[in-house]
Amino acid sequence: MARALVNIPPKAKRGEVITIRTLMSHQMETGFRYSTTGAPIPRDIITTFIATYNGEEIFRAELFPAIAANPFITFTTVATESGTIELTWRGDNGFAASEQATITVE
Amino acid sequence: MSPMRCVALLAGLLVVASALAGVSEDLPLDQRRSSYDDMGPATRAMQDADTDNPGMLWVLDGETLWRAKTGSAARACADCHGDATQSMAGVAARYPAFDPKRGGPVTLEGRINACRVENQNAQTLAYESRELLALSAYLALQSRGKPIAIDEKKLGETIAAGRDIFRQRQGQLNLSCAQCHDQHYGGKLAGNTIPQGHPNGYPLYRLEWQTLGSLQRRLRNCLTGIRAENHAYDSRELIALETYLKWRARGMLMESPAVRP
Repeated sequence: MARALVNIPPKAKRGEVITIRTLMSHQMETGFRYSTTGAPIPRDIITTFIATYNGEEIFRAELFPAIAANPFITFTTVATESGTIELTWRGDNGFAASEQATITVE
Repeated sequence: MSPMRCVALLAGLLVVASALAGVSEDLPLDQRRSSYDDMGPATRAMQDADTDNPGMLWVLDGETLWRAKTGSAARACADCHGDATQSMAGVAARYPAFDPKRGGPVTLEGRINACRVENQNAQTLAYESRELLALSAYLALQSRGKPIAIDEKKLGETIAAGRDIFRQRQGQLNLSCAQCHDQHYGGKLAGNTIPQGHPNGYPLYRLEWQTLGSLQRRLRNCLTGIRAENHAYDSRELIALETYLKWRARGMLMESPAVRP
């Protein structure tokens, strides 16, 4: 179950700086650990996070094994026009999740 | 012996007896504090905003599970209990509760599992499994802001048993729970502030665990820390400790799902 908690302001003034906060449920297994029987536990992490605003990429992050489980990513952008903000997470083992929210700019 | 002396002796004996029973040693109610008060501003902010609190990820799963039909009875929790925000408000704050069928205490997790077996014809969920944590987090959220209230009339024996374990020195370090959490709270254990140990936020997201965990996981953690022989999940000892700790925190407000370092 890929669950995400996303905080995007539903309304903003044109030109206003808005903060977007995201929390994605993921175990972020580093690949450096061993099981109780000594077998290495394969890496399973989110590798990429992309945010688009009306289809245009506004933020991108690469993630690495040192990042804690359930990564919290927050960034700011300028509210330019009404539309959709889409967030996409991609990772190992074909992990893919996305969330979207609409924002009204006045 | 004069009557006066007799009274004085009796009074003296009573003092000794009550000291032995340990009645006066419980943490004074007005000196209790939630570990929330000892956290840094960043961790507090994480707990305060529902979109930043990772515990809410389990709550979302719990909400889904609450409505999902399960077991051979193909019955969802919601089919009997309805809307949890109404029917389960304040319920978790009263757990562990007295179960007339068992004639003893039952934890929230134990009640969920009992309900699954008896009413849904489903398998029990393992302690610390994603599903059980999700359901207990979802239920505990419905008690957020409500005062903890344990039925001390019916659970008096369990509370007393839990208090005995709490004060029993154990493990290779020969420590009792009370030595840290009653007598040295606010001090330091390595870099960490020793909390009073009130279970007002469980199940909670521990940054050290990078996941949600139950109170019993925390208790087992502490027992390992003092290098004591551990108790199994849902064992009589852990239930007694859990009941005593909830009673010790009576009246304090639930914060579930809390965030702790």
